[in-house]
Amino acid sequence: MPTEFPDHSDALAKLVGEPSGPVELSPEAVNSAMIRHWVEAMGDRNPVYLDREAARAAGYRDVIAPQTMLQAWIMKGLRHTLDLEAARAAGTVASNDANSTMMALFDDEGRTSVVATNCDQSYVRPLYLGDRLLVRSSIEAISDPKQTGLGHGRFATSLMEFFAVSNEVAERGVSAEELVSQAELVGTMRFRILKFRPGTGATAVVAKPPRPRPAITEDNAFYFEGLRAGELRIQHCTDCGTLRHPPLPGCGTCTSLNWDYVVSEGKGELYSMVVNHYPQVPAFDYPLPIGLIELDEGTRLVANLEGDPESWAIGQRATAEIRALDDELSLPFFHHDDTQED
Amino acid sequence: MAMTSSTLEVGLELPELSIPITRTLIVSTAIASRDYQDVHHDHVLAQERGSKDIFMNILTTNGLVGRYVTDWSGPTGHLQEVNIRLGAPNYPGDTMVLTGQVASVEEGDGTSGRATVTVAIRGANGLGDHVTGTVRLTVPMGANS
Repeated sequence: MPTEFPDHSDALAKLVGEPSGPVELSPEAVNSAMIRHWVEAMGDRNPVYLDREAARAAGYRDVIAPQTMLQAWIMKGLRHTLDLEAARAAGTVASNDANSTMMALFDDEGRTSVVATNCDQSYVRPLYLGDRLLVRSSIEAISDPKQTGLGHGRFATSLMEFFAVSNEVAERGVSAEELVSQAELVGTMRFRILKFRPGTGATAVVAKPPRPRPAITEDNAFYFEGLRAGELRIQHCTDCGTLRHPPLPGCGTCTSLNWDYVVSEGKGELYSMVVNHYPQVPAFDYPLPIGLIELDEGTRLVANLEGDPESWAIGQRATAEIRALDDELSLPFFHHDDTQED
Repeated sequence: MAMTSSTLEVGLELPELSIPITRTLIVSTAIASRDYQDVHHDHVLAQERGSKDIFMNILTTNGLVGRYVTDWSGPTGHLQEVNIRLGAPNYPGDTMVLTGQVASVEEGDGTSGRATVTVAIRGANGLGDHVTGTVRLTVPMGANS
């Protein structure tokens, strides 16, 4: 039995639209040292990031920062990362902002694994040397639980709005929240993650569920017992001799309630067929060909057809193979009768 | 010659860019983006955390996608948007091959002198698609357009 996890949908819904945390001010103004590290590491030889003349020739008013560096300016760096790791190791992470609350709720729902799925950046204007960035983050959306390839999870989208002020303004000593009100929006970034339950993805559910069980009655038990014994049994009226399938209490020809069964050779021809595409049930493989077989003994039977649906044509000879699907259920599967070809 | 919108049409393919995924690339780009998470520079810790090796961070994927498009457009191509969907990780020893195709060219009313171009991009490595997405940029309109 799977472990039962709580559903925090209501608590999560209240977090949508909330700030993820406080407004952050970038530790440094846009500067050519960080730009140089970036373009060298990326192998980017576009000259507009370091050469003023080239930037002007390309239509910019001055050297610009690579647009894709947007988030790099507000990254908190090594000291922050090490402090955070130390706090985690000591079990003293004390954060109660909306983002931490959201992550804790996901964890409590059993969704302890995380993967980033999308990152969408939009640039309102280029960043120039001396721009000081502020970022305001909020939780934009939290999805309902979904079955994904990786596992059962929720998607969460954060919206980060980037603002710029001059370095002078940034150093006047007012709070980041207050600075945002005087700042210019320069870009946005939407970041989407999937928090999922480990081990519940596509690779974890390859074990197919069993086929649905037939409803066994006094009338049809002999048929399913026969299949388990390797016999294809067909109901037979002991008064008029008519064969009938599926099993019924009485004979449709003479109304007699007396019956026994005969064991079919399992040979016949395809009388009609359908290919089931929808709805799909996990216990079956699709496309799913289903045949109506006219048995040589003289009655018809609905059964699985083997192989490519396209390979079957009405009137073709078919032979049954009785196959055990599990300990309880055996069923006939009809394949092409090779001995009767041509 | 700077690229102009008059030479662009929907379906035009960008030249392919093959990027060898070296440890130097993964580590230097992670540090250049101020991302010090150990999975991007310490393979022992990365393996302890269940990854087969260190792997490229997302800011770098963004940076390389942006570079791929401006390598093609030249300096007069101005990036407006980079939208990416992430897939298989970039591990050391692999190669990411970036391909792209012009998806739309919008000249608007022409007053800005620039057209907006959307490019669909894909970066595939040995495991599958590392990244797919779209990049929007503006380029100068052609003299005759």
